[in-house]
Amino acid sequence: MRAETRERPVTAGQLPTIGELLDRQGVLAYVLLLPGLLILTAFIGWPFVTSLWLSVTDQSVSTSVVRFVGLENFTDELRSQIFLQTLRNTFVYTGVTVVFKLAFGLGLAVLMNQSFRLKNLARAALLLPWIVPTALSAIAWLWLFDATFSVFNWAIVRSGLADRGINWLGEGQWAMTSIIIANIWRGTPFFAISILAGLQTVDRELLDAAAVDGASLWQRFWRITIPLIRPVLLIVLLFSTVQTISDFQLVYVLTRGGPANSTHLLGTLAYDVAVRAGQLSQGAAISLYMFPVLIVCVVALLVYMRRSST
Amino acid sequence: MTASAPRRLMTLYLPLSLASIVLLFPFYWMLITSIKTDRELIDLNGLPFWVFQPTLEHYRVLFAETGFLRWALNTLTISVVATAISLVCSILAGYSLARLRFRGAGAIAGAIFVTYLVPQTLLFLPLLEVVRQLGLSNTLWSMILTYPTILIPFSTWLLMGYFRSIPRELEESALIDGASRLRAMTQIVLPLALPGILSAGIFAFTLSWNEFIYALVFTNSTDIKTIPVGVVTELVKGDVYFWGSLMAGALLGSVPVALIYSFFVEHYVGGLTAGAVKG
Repeated sequence: MRAETRERPVTAGQLPTIGELLDRQGVLAYVLLLPGLLILTAFIGWPFVTSLWLSVTDQSVSTSVVRFVGLENFTDELRSQIFLQTLRNTFVYTGVTVVFKLAFGLGLAVLMNQSFRLKNLARAALLLPWIVPTALSAIAWLWLFDATFSVFNWAIVRSGLADRGINWLGEGQWAMTSIIIANIWRGTPFFAISILAGLQTVDRELLDAAAVDGASLWQRFWRITIPLIRPVLLIVLLFSTVQTISDFQLVYVLTRGGPANSTHLLGTLAYDVAVRAGQLSQGAAISLYMFPVLIVCVVALLVYMRRSST
Repeated sequence: MTASAPRRLMTLYLPLSLASIVLLFPFYWMLITSIKTDRELIDLNGLPFWVFQPTLEHYRVLFAETGFLRWALNTLTISVVATAISLVCSILAGYSLARLRFRGAGAIAGAIFVTYLVPQTLLFLPLLEVVRQLGLSNTLWSMILTYPTILIPFSTWLLMGYFRSIPRELEESALIDGASRLRAMTQIVLPLALPGILSAGIFAFTLSWNEFIYALVFTNSTDIKTIPVGVVTELVKGDVYFWGSLMAGALLGSVPVALIYSFFVEHYVGGLTAGAVKG
């Protein structure tokens, strides 16, 4: 009896000790969550509210009195040629690269799903483009796409395909093509490794059984493998879409949005307008144009995850 | 039943070699550019794929005449501290969400997942304002405190998965034996979740090391820059590119993450795909 009362000294009217409070799940749960939630609220929640506020006011480095302007910043942008071009670029960049990354990533994953010697080494090496800092690998691309010293141009001229090289980063269309190539190069390994993990969960016996029943390799792939890895494909696609639409580093290093603002994405244009030109509110509005697409992706993922977990 | 050699060549070795060349060529290019002499770099007549007079001059310039060592130290400090903060927060939050029954658990888990998808380009402007208000602009703290927002969401989700995979009975028997919840967590659950914590740590460290836009926007003096920002903004002087030193800096800045990750590739792939496969 005595031992028991010593361990459970709660009697009516007495305040519980801290130790006892922490043994209550409801209390302990929130205490443990506190540090993380504090950081996320201070540096994601609060800035997000700030960005909404910025976007409906007219703050810039030169204004002293802040004025509420409603949606003016957003509508102003829709009349700007540079912004419309940027919007188009962002969609082209995201659409084209995601399709190629998916195709190449799927192909590479199928290749890597075979057994061969040095497989682990190959897997480690092929992930490199995705793992190293993008700003730094973009420097290699900057040099590869150099107007005069591009090794691609060297190959084009030497092989006799053309007598002059391509001005990779100096002409609008080619500049878009260049950043798209660099993005596909960087993103394909992420698709490949994620899809490979999905492929490894596919039951071999299922495929073998289908083969015995006379299904061709092609049929087995499209009718069995693809439906089974659809969850992975979907998640990778949505993640990549979010990351690509909000890309910054490749464009910042390769073209700074040029030539003549022809390769800006929403992120780099917002940076130019807000940080370099000092139009804070205008920049915030430009960034927020990413929001609708993000919402769609986030909701799709949440709905999907809820459905698959029940 | 093994496929014939020519067939294996066509379906495996040939496409795999091609993919390897495409994916690895830019790194090879970085390496040979960094050890070419300036004369060889701009020689349009020679064979560009090889180095005839290798030199370490560009590396000497990088170490002696730029802030590279300082940037490396900054990057290391920021990455280590931000990773530590994020791991502590994520372990606590992940345990709470995976193991404890309380009202609002689902909503909070969902909210944390949503923050995972908020890109830095959406937030860097208002965050710059917040950083200014807190008096942190142009300090290492501006990055140490904001990087965890990129790291905590995914680490928490990753660790939730690990905590869930540990049988509840282990913990419950300790509780019955009189251990407090905190004790059961630190003595029983955490050691078993160590592989997950390692994955989260590696992932967080490499993400911090690679971060670019916050570091670019929050800093302006050379002393405070990180490697990616320093190399990109300071090794280009006006229109003059110091290609050799640029490549040397880009290569050296990539080596730490490449090394860490090749040692822990299993954990890394585990962390990378945990969300996709388990989620």
